[in-house]
Amino acid sequence: MGGVRYFRCGAVFAAVTASAAPAHSPLSPTNIFAPVSTPAQSIFDLSLFVLTVTASIFLVVFSLLAYAVVKFRRRSSDDRREPAQVYGSTQVELAWTVIPVLIVVVLFLATARVIASIQNVEQPATALNVTVIGHQYWWEYRYPSQKVVTANELHIPVSDPAHPIPTVLTLLSADTDHSFWVPRLGGKTDLIPNHPNSMWMDPHETGLYLGQCAQYCGTQHAKMLLRVYVDSREDFNRWIQEQQQPAHSAEQVSEGQRIFEQTACVSCHTVAGTPANGTNGPDLTHLMSRQTIAAGAASNTLENLMAWISNPAVIKPGCKMPSMGLSAPQAAAVAAYLETLR
Amino acid sequence: MSASYPTIPASDTEWILPARGTVAMYCLIVAEAAIFTIFVVAYIFYLGKSLTGPQPQTVLHAPIFLTICLLSSSLTIHFAVRSLKTGTLRSFALWWFLTLALGVVFLAGTVREWQRLIYDEGLTIQTNLFGTTYYSLVGLHAFHVTVGLFALAAVSIFSICGLVKQEHAERAEVLSMYWHFVDAVWVVVFMVVYVVGR
Amino acid sequence: MTTESIAWPRSAVESRPLVQRLHEWVITVDHKRLGILYIVYALLFLMIGGVEATIMRIQLIRPHNDFVSPQVFNRMFTMHGTTMIFFVAMPVLFGFANYLIPLMIGARDMAFPRLNAFSFWMTAFGGLLLYFSFVGGDGLYGAGSAPDVGWFAYAPLTSQTFSPGHSTDFWILSLLVSGFGSIGTAINIIATVLCMRCRGMTLGKMPLLPWLNLVMAGLVIMAVSPLTAAQLMLLVDRYLGGHFFDTQAGGSAVIWMHFFWVFGHPEVYVLVIPAFAFASEIIPVFSRKAIFGYPVMVAATICIGFIGMSVWAHHMFTVGMSSAANTFFVLSTMAIAVPTGIKIFNWLATMWGGQIDFKAPMLFCVAFLFQFLIAGLTGIMLGSAPFNWQLGNSYFVIAHFHYVIVGGILFTLFGAFYYWFPKMSGRMYSEPLGKLHFWLFLVGFHLTFDFMHIPGILGMPRRIYTYEPGRGWDVWNLIVTVGVFFQAAGVLVFVGNLIWSSFRGELAGNDPWDAWTLEWSTPSPPPPYNFAAIPEVKSRRPLWDLKHPEDPDWQYE
Repeated sequence: MGGVRYFRCGAVFAAVTASAAPAHSPLSPTNIFAPVSTPAQSIFDLSLFVLTVTASIFLVVFSLLAYAVVKFRRRSSDDRREPAQVYGSTQVELAWTVIPVLIVVVLFLATARVIASIQNVEQPATALNVTVIGHQYWWEYRYPSQKVVTANELHIPVSDPAHPIPTVLTLLSADTDHSFWVPRLGGKTDLIPNHPNSMWMDPHETGLYLGQCAQYCGTQHAKMLLRVYVDSREDFNRWIQEQQQPAHSAEQVSEGQRIFEQTACVSCHTVAGTPANGTNGPDLTHLMSRQTIAAGAASNTLENLMAWISNPAVIKPGCKMPSMGLSAPQAAAVAAYLETLR
Repeated sequence: MSASYPTIPASDTEWILPARGTVAMYCLIVAEAAIFTIFVVAYIFYLGKSLTGPQPQTVLHAPIFLTICLLSSSLTIHFAVRSLKTGTLRSFALWWFLTLALGVVFLAGTVREWQRLIYDEGLTIQTNLFGTTYYSLVGLHAFHVTVGLFALAAVSIFSICGLVKQEHAERAEVLSMYWHFVDAVWVVVFMVVYVVGR
Repeated sequence: MTTESIAWPRSAVESRPLVQRLHEWVITVDHKRLGILYIVYALLFLMIGGVEATIMRIQLIRPHNDFVSPQVFNRMFTMHGTTMIFFVAMPVLFGFANYLIPLMIGARDMAFPRLNAFSFWMTAFGGLLLYFSFVGGDGLYGAGSAPDVGWFAYAPLTSQTFSPGHSTDFWILSLLVSGFGSIGTAINIIATVLCMRCRGMTLGKMPLLPWLNLVMAGLVIMAVSPLTAAQLMLLVDRYLGGHFFDTQAGGSAVIWMHFFWVFGHPEVYVLVIPAFAFASEIIPVFSRKAIFGYPVMVAATICIGFIGMSVWAHHMFTVGMSSAANTFFVLSTMAIAVPTGIKIFNWLATMWGGQIDFKAPMLFCVAFLFQFLIAGLTGIMLGSAPFNWQLGNSYFVIAHFHYVIVGGILFTLFGAFYYWFPKMSGRMYSEPLGKLHFWLFLVGFHLTFDFMHIPGILGMPRRIYTYEPGRGWDVWNLIVTVGVFFQAAGVLVFVGNLIWSSFRGELAGNDPWDAWTLEWSTPSPPPPYNFAAIPEVKSRRPLWDLKHPEDPDWQYE
């Protein structure tokens, strides 16, 4: 019995330590033990300490329990007499009170230090500020200094540890509670209406980092995915430049654009430089600069766009975008128009 | 050896345990106090946070007379219970009925106050955070007063029918504990809403 | 050492018609019958909650599965959590408390038998009301289907704006109603323990089960009320246009969280402390030794009760509290590990030097010790706020609390079922089937809940009806789902064993386990009046004193 249990615990432990593998080949793109940013790293370091302490406690107590269970089994050789009745022992009880208290104090101090290092840090003036607004079921990103508004795919610059450029996220919500969790970049922080929050990250490796909403927000909570692109300085500046432009316009208004602007699309969506300036849904000005649509629920292909426009419930049942009742040719025309929004 | 029933004691040592009714009423009071604490915390938390609408400072008038009535009713119920314990039933009935009357006055006054707030000042439970928390807290208290009054009235009716005797003193005392609690809650509500909150 | 059975002269009495016998159960105020009603009710809901869990696990067996729709899945996790906490765990623990406390303290019934019955029926009605929501459904007068807001129903998701219809109202009302039942039972337990003990049984000579249930009842009256208050506030918001949690009007969503968790955290101690009580009765008997360190066991439990009222915001570390607040709650959360850990050492010391008999009750309690240790350690990990910023709201949390509730509480509950089944039914259960149940359930439990920690570490949040492939979560979810079927098999064996043994089991007699507390001095099952003569006791183990007159406990206490 003890053997079976030990194997299971061992398996868990091995998996845990294995997942602390270096970032180059993570077990998972969302592994909390593969940090690339300072807050995630601080948490990782603390977690190793906590795990070591708890693992030691586990080994000691587990061994004692296993020993007791084996050594003090009733044997057939035992006569009918009861064993010695021991009611307590002050020294022993004192010892096993004092030692846990000391362990708790040590763990607490280690934790308090990390809380302060993550929450109470002054951000340098070079920090990039992004406002994140959570919606059911998509992410709105606003870069106030750069005057950029986009959705669902966040671009931030890589941060050189020698000259850090952290990104500071201000977290707001337009409806219910959400939570921003990209494990490799940092711990999660909730987006709560009427309760602005703030978090920061300074990734030191470029790449695409994944995550998703971590506070149940309604039917499609599971499909409110996060994609954070950590770009080199040049790539980031170029991206900002492109996002700052108004929408690419054709010489004449296409059929798709006409349908788009005459149907209720414009009451929810913004396409900068056109009459469309709704804010209930994602900004579509540079839709084609994104790799996915519907907050990561589908990749950004013409086929998916057409399906989405015709009836969003096919891809994301319960999402807030209604089907506009467009016919197939109409949907195709609108999709073709959207394809021009690079 | 078989286990038989433990034997009946021959001992004559005292074995006195608390009365069930008293213990139960203390527990109920603890539970109710916890509910009121949450409403009071909500009230205090939302002070000054209403975005629009009437504010406490402008519309609330401290109900001094009603408070005196309610707190006096604690005194009168105490005298009633004392009378019942000594067996003076008429005195008990009079003090008890006076308690009931004072409670009714308090409730009536609360109704009048709310009418003024709703119709003259335009403060309803929907108006703003202050309205919501005020009516909820004071309303919850008024509800507990009402329940208490029903119980007091029932005892009054029993008393008129001659059914309440000296041996019921302990039960009356348990009921009076509830009434004292209701009054104590009012002290807190009064301080928080009409004194500190303005 | 068994005793002779006392045959109840059933044959001398004409058998009453079924309708009359059922009626007696419905109108009963006997604590033993109410206890059994609570327990059977809870077992039924355990099966229902288990089905809800199975549905979820099948949906999650692979990414992008479509076994159920997102709407159905969201109702499943809401109903599963609400059912298991309020209509399984609380009733079954109240049921055992009801049955055992008067017997263990030498009383004839609880302090308020009619309040007892009222409380049971309130709880029962609450459960039926909650499940009516499925039927009330998307049809019948648009009453609204089952709630889908999660068992802690965060604002503003529960406002009329985001939860139109009545599904949330079923959640609110059913818990409000059963909450009154819980408070009633808690008041009854406190009054019984304080006012109805037999002669000689000072509080220091009371067995640990009544003591721990006393602490649990104290927690209930302090902690269930905040939930009641919050739910009343939510009703005001939903139906009277109030703004308690209306963020548009300047209200706070966070304050709902505070109010809920002020209830929610002590609630888990309400659930686990009776589990400690079972372990504290079973482990000594099957180790043939007195409990080690009785005074500290009591003191530690009281400490847990108090400190437990001050840790609630460790459920809110990700909400954006100040670093000072986060730090405080880390401290209180870590502090509570001390009295909790001490109890594990006391149970260990009780077994130490004993003669352990691995009957079914003891198997479950030993597994509890190992599993509760692990659960406590993952709790410490979660109590470290920065670590919580990663692990919180993920499958790591789900693994942790199921480790406590299933690995800790349910295991000791199974132990308690087997231990007291002979007393309640008069018959012995089948020991081989009990062991089969144990092994099946142990394997299933560990398959599911050991491996469930891993997706959490790899970034899988909770309450998602499906997940993306390529995140490394697939194989772990598969293993987790497989474990469910072993657990289901174990529970079926368990229920079959109980039912079969009720009719065909060997007669148990008064005291099949050679135990030491007062309930074992009555016939099995006890007569309605419990004791022919109210006993007097001199020590914590009155039957030990009778069986060992040369070496009674009261010489050492």
